[in-house]
Amino acid sequence: MTASFTSRRISPRASAYALLLIALIAAPWVGLYPVLGTKILCYALFACAFHLLLGYTGLASLGHAAFLGVGGYLAGYGVKAWALPPELALLAGLAAGALLGLVIGFISIRRSGIYFTMITLALAQMVYFLCVQIPQTGGEDGLQGIDRGLLFGVLDLRDDTAMYYTVLVIAVACFLFIARVVYSPFGQALQAIKDNEPRAISLGYHPPHYKLIVFILSAALTGLAGALKAISLGFVTLSDVHWMTSGHALLMTLVGGMGILSGPVVGALALVVLENKMGELGTLIAGATGIAWFTTLGESVMMVMGIVFVICVLAFRRGIMGEVVALQQRRRGTPASSSTTSASREPQP
Amino acid sequence: MDIFGVPITALLAQLMIGLVNGCFYAVLSLGLAVIFGMLHVINFTHGAMFVLGALFSWAGLYYFDINYWVMLALAPLIVGVFGIVLERLFLRRIYHLDYLYGLLLTLGLTLIIEGAVRSAFGVSGRPYGPPPISGITNLGFLMIPNYRLWVIIASLLVCAATWFVIERTRLGSYLRAATENPKLVEAFGINVPMMVSLTFGFGVALAAFAGALAAPVMQVSALTGQTMIVIVFAVVVIGGMGSILGTVVTGVCLGLVEALTKVYYPEASSMVMFLVMVLVLMVRPHGLFGGRE
Repeated sequence: MTASFTSRRISPRASAYALLLIALIAAPWVGLYPVLGTKILCYALFACAFHLLLGYTGLASLGHAAFLGVGGYLAGYGVKAWALPPELALLAGLAAGALLGLVIGFISIRRSGIYFTMITLALAQMVYFLCVQIPQTGGEDGLQGIDRGLLFGVLDLRDDTAMYYTVLVIAVACFLFIARVVYSPFGQALQAIKDNEPRAISLGYHPPHYKLIVFILSAALTGLAGALKAISLGFVTLSDVHWMTSGHALLMTLVGGMGILSGPVVGALALVVLENKMGELGTLIAGATGIAWFTTLGESVMMVMGIVFVICVLAFRRGIMGEVVALQQRRRGTPASSSTTSASREPQP
Repeated sequence: MDIFGVPITALLAQLMIGLVNGCFYAVLSLGLAVIFGMLHVINFTHGAMFVLGALFSWAGLYYFDINYWVMLALAPLIVGVFGIVLERLFLRRIYHLDYLYGLLLTLGLTLIIEGAVRSAFGVSGRPYGPPPISGITNLGFLMIPNYRLWVIIASLLVCAATWFVIERTRLGSYLRAATENPKLVEAFGINVPMMVSLTFGFGVALAAFAGALAAPVMQVSALTGQTMIVIVFAVVVIGGMGSILGTVVTGVCLGLVEALTKVYYPEASSMVMFLVMVLVLMVRPHGLFGGRE
C-alpha cells in the first residue's frame, strides 16, 4: 500500500532539488548580491569536486588547494597575458587541474588512509612553494584585475548578474556530471572498492585505476572551480593554493554531510555565508552577551572555523543534509542507515 | 678547498644548520610517530604545539624573567598537560571512529590554537636575543656556535631516551603491548586509557621541547607550525612510522638534504624534501623503514 502511494507522487528528493534550483535562479532578484552568489557557487563546485573523491572512495585529500589555485592561476594568467576569452580560460583551468591531478594522483594513490592525506598535503605544499617563486603568479601580490571579458564573444560577463548565471549553469552541469558518475557502473565499482577493497580485487576490479580516474575527475573539476573563481572574482592569491583552502573544502563537506550528493553544496553555502557575516554576527553576539571580545570575531575566521570543525566532529558528524535524511527516515519509520554506518566504521586494525 | 664551487667551510657551516634543523624534524616526527602508534591518530596539532613550546619559552623569559633552562623543562610540561587535557576532553571521544575524524578533530584544534596564538602574539616572529649558551667551539675544520652544538646533543639525547623507554623498560613494554592489543592489556589490570593520555601528553611535550630548543635560533611565529607540520608529515611518509630509529634518521637526513640544496640551488630548498618523498614513494611505497600497513 505505502509503496504504491509513494511512487505516485514526486519523491521528496527531486522536489528538494527543484526547489533549490528555483531558489538559485531567483536569488539575484530577491536581494542576493550576485558576487556573493557567484562566490558561493564556486566554493560549492569546489566542495562537490572534493567530495567526489572523499565521499565515494574514502580518500581524504588535503591537496585540492593545489588544483584550485593552479586552475585559477592558469586561467587568470591566460586572460591577462594571452588575452584568452573566458571560455578558453575556463578550459585551461580544467585542463591544468586534470594534468596536475594525474601527476599528484599517480604518486599519492600508492598509499591509502592517513598516508594518502599526508602525501597529498606534502605535494600540494610543493606546488604552493612553486607558486610563491615563479614570476607568473605574481608572488605575494597574486594576480589582480583579471578581466571577465565576453563569453563566446557575445555575453558580457562584466555584468555581475550575467556572471552569476553563467557560473550557475556551469556549476549545475558539473553537479549533474558528478551525479552521473556516482550512479554509473563506474561509481558503483568505486563504492565497492571503498566498502571492501580486497573483495573488489577478488571480483576482478583493479582499484588503482578506479582511484586514479576519480582523482583526475575530481582534480579537473576543482581546477574548473578555481578558474571560475579567478574570472568571476577577478583575482587569485597564494591563499588559494595554501593547504588551509583544502581544509576549507573538507570542512564544507563535513558541515554539509559526507556521502550525500547535495551535502557539499549546503556546506559551502553555510560556510561562505558564515564567513561573510562573521563580523556582523560577532557584533550581534557581543551585544547580546556583553563580551567585547566577540566584536573581533570577524578577524579570527580561522578560530571560528576550528570551532566549527570540533563541534562537527564531536556532535554533528552526519552534517546538515545527513540530519535531514535521518529525520526523513525516522518519520518514515525506517532506521537511519547508509550514511551513518560508513562514517562510524571501525578503524582498520 | 672548494666542492663544486662552494668553499668547504661555507658548505660545512650550512650542513651544521641543516643538522640542527634536522634534529628539530627528528624530535617532532618522533612525537608524531609515538602518538600515532598508540592512538592511531595523526596529530595535526603537532606544529602548533611546537610553536606553543617556543612561544612559552620566549614569553617566560620576557614577561616573567624565567631563564631558558627552567623554561626548557617547563614549556614541554605545560604543553604536555595541555595535551592530556585535550586528549581527555576531545580525542577520547573519537577513537572508535574512522581515522578521518581524528584528522579532522586535530585539524580543528590546530586552527583554534593557531588563532589564539595569533591574537595573543601576532603573526610576526619573536626575536629571542642572544642564545643562552654563548661562545664558539673550534673543531679545527669548522667553528660551531655552542648553542647549536647543545641543540644537536640535547635532541639526540631525548630521542635516545625515548627509544630506551619504549624498547627497554617495563613501561615501554606495556605501551607496546597496548598498541598491539589494548583489550588484552586492560584485562591484565593495566590502565590503558591513562596510558593513552600520557602517550599523547608525552608526544606533544616532545614537540614543545623541540620548540623551546628552537626559540633562540629560529624566529618562531604563529605560522611556523603550518610549515612545520607539512615537513614532519613528509618525514614520516619517507621514514615510515614503524621504527623510532628510522624516524629519527630520516628527520636528520632531511635537514641535511635541505641544507645542501640551500647551498647549491637555493630556489628549490623549500621543495626538496617533497621531491625526496616522491622519489621514495616511487621506489618504496611504504617508506624507507616502514613495513606494510
